[in-house]
Amino acid sequence: MSTETMNKEILRGGQFLVKETQCEDVFTLEDLSEEQRMMRESTKEFADRELWAHWERFEKKDYAYTEECMRKAGELGLLSVAVPEKYEGLGMGFVSTMLVCDYISGVTGSFSTAFGAHTGIGTMPITLYGTEEQKQKYVPKLASGEWFGAYCLTEPGAGSDANSGKTKAVLSDDGKYYNITGQKMWISNAGFCNLFIVFARIEDDKYITGFIVENDPKNGITLGDEEKKLGIHSSSTRQVFFNDTEVPIENMLSERGNGFKIAMNALNIGRIKLAAACLDAQRRVLTEAVKYANERMQFRTPIINFGAIKAKIANMATNAYAGESASYRAAKNIEDRIALREADGNSHQDAELKGVEEYAIECSILKVAVSEHLQETTDEGLQIFGGMGFSADTPMESAWRDARISRIYEGTNEINRMLAVGMLVKKAMKGHVDLLGPATAVGEELMGIPSFETPDFSELLSEEKDLITRLKKVFLMVAGSAVQKFGPELEKHQQLMLAAADILIEIYMAESSVLRTEKNARRSGEESQKTQIAMSKLYLYNAVETIIKKGKEAIISFAEGDEQRMMLMGLKRFTKYTNYPNVTALRTQIADAVAEQNEYTFD
Amino acid sequence: MKILVCISNVPDTTSKINFTEDDTKFDTNGVQFVINPNDEFGLTRAMWFKEKQGATIHVVSVGEVSVEPTLRKALAIGADEAIRINTIPTDGLFVAQQLAEVVKNGQYDLIIAGRESIDYNGGMVPGILATLLDINFINTCIGLEIEGDAVTAIREIDGGKETLATTLPLVVGGQKGLVEESELRIPNMRGIMMARKKVLNVVEPTDSIRGTEDAKFEKPAPKGAVKLVDSDKIEELIDLLHNEAKVI
Repeated sequence: MSTETMNKEILRGGQFLVKETQCEDVFTLEDLSEEQRMMRESTKEFADRELWAHWERFEKKDYAYTEECMRKAGELGLLSVAVPEKYEGLGMGFVSTMLVCDYISGVTGSFSTAFGAHTGIGTMPITLYGTEEQKQKYVPKLASGEWFGAYCLTEPGAGSDANSGKTKAVLSDDGKYYNITGQKMWISNAGFCNLFIVFARIEDDKYITGFIVENDPKNGITLGDEEKKLGIHSSSTRQVFFNDTEVPIENMLSERGNGFKIAMNALNIGRIKLAAACLDAQRRVLTEAVKYANERMQFRTPIINFGAIKAKIANMATNAYAGESASYRAAKNIEDRIALREADGNSHQDAELKGVEEYAIECSILKVAVSEHLQETTDEGLQIFGGMGFSADTPMESAWRDARISRIYEGTNEINRMLAVGMLVKKAMKGHVDLLGPATAVGEELMGIPSFETPDFSELLSEEKDLITRLKKVFLMVAGSAVQKFGPELEKHQQLMLAAADILIEIYMAESSVLRTEKNARRSGEESQKTQIAMSKLYLYNAVETIIKKGKEAIISFAEGDEQRMMLMGLKRFTKYTNYPNVTALRTQIADAVAEQNEYTFD
Repeated sequence: MKILVCISNVPDTTSKINFTEDDTKFDTNGVQFVINPNDEFGLTRAMWFKEKQGATIHVVSVGEVSVEPTLRKALAIGADEAIRINTIPTDGLFVAQQLAEVVKNGQYDLIIAGRESIDYNGGMVPGILATLLDINFINTCIGLEIEGDAVTAIREIDGGKETLATTLPLVVGGQKGLVEESELRIPNMRGIMMARKKVLNVVEPTDSIRGTEDAKFEKPAPKGAVKLVDSDKIEELIDLLHNEAKVI
């Protein structure tokens, strides 16, 4: 395949909104190779044997056990999947990296945070931005688990506004060192790490700079006490104080003033991996919930037989399925984009960086959607357990608490919602994604007379696909008009941005779910995908409801009179079903299938 | 020392068991297959001989292409080479004859097979194999040490243990105790990647007798409904135990 054809075939970041994706072009969990399946099995076995079997230890603030498990993960090679072979890693592709991150993270937020902080933001900044010497020196140790990394960005006064940090880096008189002074907080892995990625400001630079700082208490580094937290009890989280810490100039990461960019790019990767890290927790919580519902007798029958429980199980399964579909779809897009860039002669480092950056919109979408699915799933899982769910003796209680942080770290879900829309608008302005053309076309369509023909929806999922095409028009209509009205000021209208983001998110998730099911139905037959078809339909129905609500809210917020009336009419037209799915029946069907399996497994 | 570990590809213990074709065939639909646990204990012990005494490990399985992921897992754990005998395994006699052919061609010193596979539980293969090869045999083996040709093996016997001395070549029927469950290995990522590069030979079966064939499978009758008797109605309970359950 020539580079040019590959280029055409791989959807660019954000383009899902304006281009129709064919089901054969999406990657699904069912497409994993035998080798990837084996990697998944090993990861699951590790999680079951070392983490799940000891989950209570994680609740008792057994920080040493988290560290021990991290070392064991290192021995199995689970920390080095994404690290290039040159630095003693396995050099596996992005999908494999996501796979390990997904299946290692389902048991406890304590371990998943330690794992994510180390392999993601603790190691990646060096593999992506480090010099050859820095990589040779640090990456092999981090890949094997001999050393652990931590990432020091947040400060008491610099959270979401990450570039506002006050930590200073001052060049020594002899020009050999930077002396770093400042206070960092919420530093995951601080208690046992050997190395910090630290962001500090040199003089009055506009942007912060990144440094690799070895952890040496004799070098002005002190740690605060372990933070008392709502969840992730055995993830070491401390403040880190730097007091005139000497850092050799050769430990500067990338160039002066590049820190904010490093921080943001590391977060792009962190976001999609966080989505992956929220998947297996959903599978496990749902599996525990359905097992419990199958066994728990009330009114002389297992509670799974009650519609109230079935509705919960069905929604949980549907969300997990959509999350899997969208996460692996985006992961493969990223992997292909990286391969393409490498084929074009870019270094792996550059290719990976740009490959992920290309899909920053999808990364933000996934982070928000999947972390919120996890929150809902743990909440409903706990509810299914009833009083027992509230007891710390069952894993539901800790799962519920652990889930909460996912909506906060790697950029809050509010920040990520605004980023998703903001980045898309910027891409459109730069001409990378043509939103204007399609938005104008939607405007014209609104002025025209709608077709009164009854469409033919006999083919599998054809109505759903048609509906998704129209949902995209809702976004184009709302966002297009909002951009026209506010221009660059749009980002100041946060409530509008959030509503637009919800529309965008639901489109991506629903489409991914439908495409995965269509692909699998085509190759394995419709019969084999009965439940998946039901889940795709249910997800879409819920997505449509959200889009109607958010669309209306957005339109009313900035349009008036005729314009408002026309857009509201458009919203109605674009969200209309010809044949409504019976969602009650769908939920029952899905719940019955999950109950019969007594676990969540759909690949 | 050259070791051959015989591996059965069996359904995971949590699988739902169903039969098709008038209850004559096991329904593999949706079933996850794994290395037979008794074989995995043997493979793990073989890995010890590899690491401590420089043994070479080959693994063999009788089966169609669907058994290859299980063989690859054995390679990922650390076996050096795999052999797949390309036919459907039926009864123990048939499988043992196929394996005997591989042993004759491969000059193995030690052959470890699981005491039984956890799917059909025939428990015949290691015994028949030793007979066909006319070499020493130790079944239900829970401990194995080898120095040169001298073998010290521990067998589980009713209510105790028996220590035996014998020599190579030897067939061992392995089980838990050869190693403990906690010693079973999770294939590491590098092992998985290396497994792709290792040899997996496919050999055609030899003409062998199929001694028996499956005529019918039956599942245990499903559990009936539970009868709840109020705690103050002891007489009713005794009556039910006498006349309905007929247990007293």
